[in-house]
Formats: sequence, C-alpha cells, structure tokens
Amino acid sequence: MSADGNLSAAAGLKLRGDLRLVADMIEPGSRVLDIGCGEGELLAYLAEAKGVDGRGMELSQSGVNAGVRHGLSVIQGDADHDLQDYPSDAFDYVVLSQTLQATRQPRSVIAHLVRIGRRAVVSFPNFGHWRIRLNLLVNGRMPVTPVLTHAWYETPNIHLCTILDFIALCEELGVVIERSVTLDRNGLPYRLNPRGALANLMAEQALFLLRRAAPTR
Amino acid sequence: MTISIPSAARETALAPDRPGFRLVVAEALALDCGVALGPYTVAYQTYGRLNAERSNAILICHALTGDQYVAGTHPLTGKPGWWETLVGPGKVLDTERYFLICANVLGGCMGSTGPMEINPATGTPWGLAFPVITVADMVRAQQKLIDHLGIDSLFCVIGGSMGGMQVLQWAASFPERVFAAVPIATAARHSAQNIAFHEVGRQAIMADPQWCQGNYLERGERPARGLAVARMAAHITYLSEQALHRKFGRNLQDRSALTYGFDADFQVENYLRHQGITFVERFDANSYLYITRACDYFDLAAEHEGQLANAFRGIKTRFCCISFTSDWLYPTSENRAIVHALNAAAANVSFVEIETDKGHDAFLLEEPEFFATLRGFLDGCARHRGLEPK
Repeated sequence: MSADGNLSAAAGLKLRGDLRLVADMIEPGSRVLDIGCGEGELLAYLAEAKGVDGRGMELSQSGVNAGVRHGLSVIQGDADHDLQDYPSDAFDYVVLSQTLQATRQPRSVIAHLVRIGRRAVVSFPNFGHWRIRLNLLVNGRMPVTPVLTHAWYETPNIHLCTILDFIALCEELGVVIERSVTLDRNGLPYRLNPRGALANLMAEQALFLLRRAAPTR
Repeated sequence: MTISIPSAARETALAPDRPGFRLVVAEALALDCGVALGPYTVAYQTYGRLNAERSNAILICHALTGDQYVAGTHPLTGKPGWWETLVGPGKVLDTERYFLICANVLGGCMGSTGPMEINPATGTPWGLAFPVITVADMVRAQQKLIDHLGIDSLFCVIGGSMGGMQVLQWAASFPERVFAAVPIATAARHSAQNIAFHEVGRQAIMADPQWCQGNYLERGERPARGLAVARMAAHITYLSEQALHRKFGRNLQDRSALTYGFDADFQVENYLRHQGITFVERFDANSYLYITRACDYFDLAAEHEGQLANAFRGIKTRFCCISFTSDWLYPTSENRAIVHALNAAAANVSFVEIETDKGHDAFLLEEPEFFATLRGFLDGCARHRGLEPK
C-alpha cells in the first residue's frame, strides 16, 4: 500500500468525531479548502474516501510540512490574512473546523468562507455549555474543559461564542444555515433542536453547514 | 549512475572536457529584445531513463552560476554536481524513477550559445554583440530541447533562485506541458535590492581594465579581479548573518594577532577571496553580465497586466513553493507573493517555509525538512500522474 493509503487508513480510523461529521456533509468528488487543517487528517480522509480535490491552509509550519510530506496540497497561512486572495466560488466547500474562535476577525472570516466556497462547514466549541456557565458562576474562574483545554493566559481562543451568538451573526450577515448539528464532548451528535436554548446549554460543540443567501433582485 | 537518452536525442557530444549532449537548433529564436538568434546551441545533461509513456521527465533549471552538471563529477572543477545531494539513485530526484534533464541556460558559458561562443557573423567571440536575453528566452530555448526529446508534458519543472524564475516562466508560458512545478527560494520579479546587488557585480567586472569593453577573449585577457569581486559581493547575499557568524565569527586566518595591514586577517576575508578565485576559473565574465541582466528584467506580472495571478489563470499544474527562513535575497515574503497569486488563480499549491540559518544557499544544501517535503510532494504528484512506484 502506498504511503498515502496508509495515512488515509490511519486518518480514517482516528478521524475525530466532529471531523467525521464534517466529512459526512461533503459531497464526493467536490473541491474542498480546509482552513486550519492541522496535519491534514480530514483532507487525507476526504481524498481517500470521497475522491475529493482538497487543499489545506495551516498556521503551524510543522503541520504544513507534515501535510505536504504526505502528498497533500497545503499552504502556510491563516484565516484572517490569506482568505482575501481566493476568488469567489473557488471551492465547493470551505471547512473551518474548531478554528473560528481563534481568528482575529470571525465576522469577516465567515463572510469570506461563504464567498470562496459555495458552502462552508464551520464547527466551534459552544461557550454556552452548562459546565462553562456553572464553572464561572460557582468557581468564579475562567473555564478549562475537555474541549477548551487552555488556561486563560495561554489560550489561542480569543473569540469564543455560544451557539446562539453564532446563529445571530449568521442572520446579521445574511448567511443561510442549511444544516446544524450539536455535539457532546466526544463529537457525537445530540438529538436536540440545534437552534434552541436547550442545545445552547447542553451541547459542547456545534457544526453548521452554511451558504450565502441568493442575491436579492 | 546510468545515463541514457532516447535515441531521437543522440547528439554530438561536447568537447571531451565538457561531456554531455548538445542540440543545435537551426531555426532562429525570436528573443524578447527583438533579435532573432540562430542557429543556436543548447548544451544539456540527462540522468536516468525516459519511460515508454514519456511521462517521467523532470526538467531541472539551474541558477545564475549553475550549469547542466547537477550530479556526478563536474568536468571543469572536479567537484560533485551542484545538486548531488538531491539527484541520484534512491535520492529525492531519483534517477531510477525519473528522467532528469538539465540544460545550460542561453547566455551561459558551459556549451549553450552565449557571449563566450563564436559569433558566426564575425568569426570572433560574441562579447557584448550578444543580444540581451531574458528568462523567457531561456525557457523558449529549453522548450525546443523538450520538443526535440519528444516529451509533450514534463512531469515536473524544478529549480531554485533564477532556476525558480524559469520554473514560474515555464508554468506561465506552457501550463499544459508542466504537470508539477517547484519554484524554490525565488521571486516573480527582481526587487530593487536584487537589481542593486547585480549592478555592483557588473560594475566590478566592467571596472576591471582587463575586461577590455567586453572583448577580453580576443585580446587574450580575463577580467579575473572584477569577476572575483562580483562573486565575493554576491556570495555574501547567498549566506546569512547567523551562518557567517557561526562559521567565521571574528576568527583570524593563520595568525594570532592583527597585522595592521590589508592582508586577509580574518577568516571570512580569506573565505571570500577563495570563493572569488575559484569562481573565475569556471565562469565567463560576460556571461555573468548577461545572466544577471536576465534576472533583473524578470517581472512575470508585467507580462500579465500587472496582475501576477493572471499569469496562472486556469492552470492545472500542481505547485510546491519552498522558501527558507534566513534567505534575505529571495525572502519568504517574495515566495509568499507567488503563493498568493496562485491562490487568487485557485491553483493547486503547497507552500512550505523551511527553518534554517543557511540563507539563500540552503536550496543547494542538505536540509532534511526540505528534502522530506520535496519527496512527499513528488510522490503525491507521481501518484496523480499514474507513475509506477519504484
């Protein structure tokens, strides 16, 4: 088996629960840009399992080098600075997995996602989860959870939001939410109305399939 | 190492001291400067075997003072080829898997037509009568060679520095003939600083009385001092401050105290003088003028309405751009500008910046991360190309 095959098989086995759900939202044979792709686990899986033409963008040089070493197309870059270069509709899907909260300008990033991609897949940790709320209420300390693992002074997560915050921003930007899934800490889906207050309290992560609104005439 | 070439490409061998092949093209080449140059010669080396499908050819483009002898023993210097670390059986540019071609650039001095060769119109060396050539002219000449070798589509075009400029020009001029492109430590246009350093080198050559207004070959002279100074200045730009300090610091050369004179007291002086002296033994001063000029004139965006992305619209070539952290001659920012343009054209591009303190020269040196990245990229491309794994 080729090195690529090995990587894909390994990636397939180890694919994080939320990445598996991301992969399920993507049509076979499509063009995908994965922003914050790490070492390219999702891209390798999509290429192998779905015949996807994938590209990656990653901030850490070690992640980029690992991806390119495995034959993936990955560039060093970040969502805040490097999305403006891409032409509109360059991809079928743009994936931003667990990265939105670490961007400097989430609002403009989301606008770029739905411009560059015909669809965007966005996942993020839900800051409205009861454990976080309780932690702050009871202990009076910034929460550190299995999903948000950093202490306040070293966290890259500078723009955390709740599911309801995110939905409100999408509405403001005129972004259409096609699908939404709420997840527990293991990345397994909850059977909750993702747009309700209960989901905002119970879900540790959320995953949205977005597209820009059709132009108004 | 096996060296084989397709039967169609059996050419007159170069003079015994310059092994390899050369193609003489009768039809004149229309140069950017307006001159029709012809007939002209392209001297080249090949390594490995072209497969039956003619799908495994890699064109290596050499840098300013490089030549076609990428591997094996160099016929003039007796030293290993300039990419010996990368080219060979089982190496990243695997001669058991790929058919490697490297041609001396037009304007060069290792067998391709250049200012050192005889001008058929006068029977004397061209000297400054040689037309000014551009990177695009170099690529046009290489394209004739690739035609001649019967290769429709190159698996890969790869090169660093000025070689990287040729890679970009290949992709922009003949996108359908380039499956993969690897521009390394390069730029899509020469910056003011790049031009400035080249001008210092040229002025050093032209200030040498033995340059004789470019006619030194006829007069039996060589502007060795001028060319050596040009090389010394250029060589500093190929290194980094850290690398120079690590290698030499303020160490003295074969002495324990300062001499209060202008001998090479310091090791770094001795090193640069050595670089200059050995360079003049293998390089032609007028070639240096012409090739530096070709780099200075390079501006790929200018040919495309000032938009670099327009050079790559609709391109299917898979790119891997590579830069080095301590390279201040063609810094990461210049390489990143290429990546941004490729993104704007929605091209398939990878971009890797390699951490090293070795400066611009890093592309010629054994850098494990660089090699691993390149190997991964080429393996991935080979799978997409349907090339058999070894």
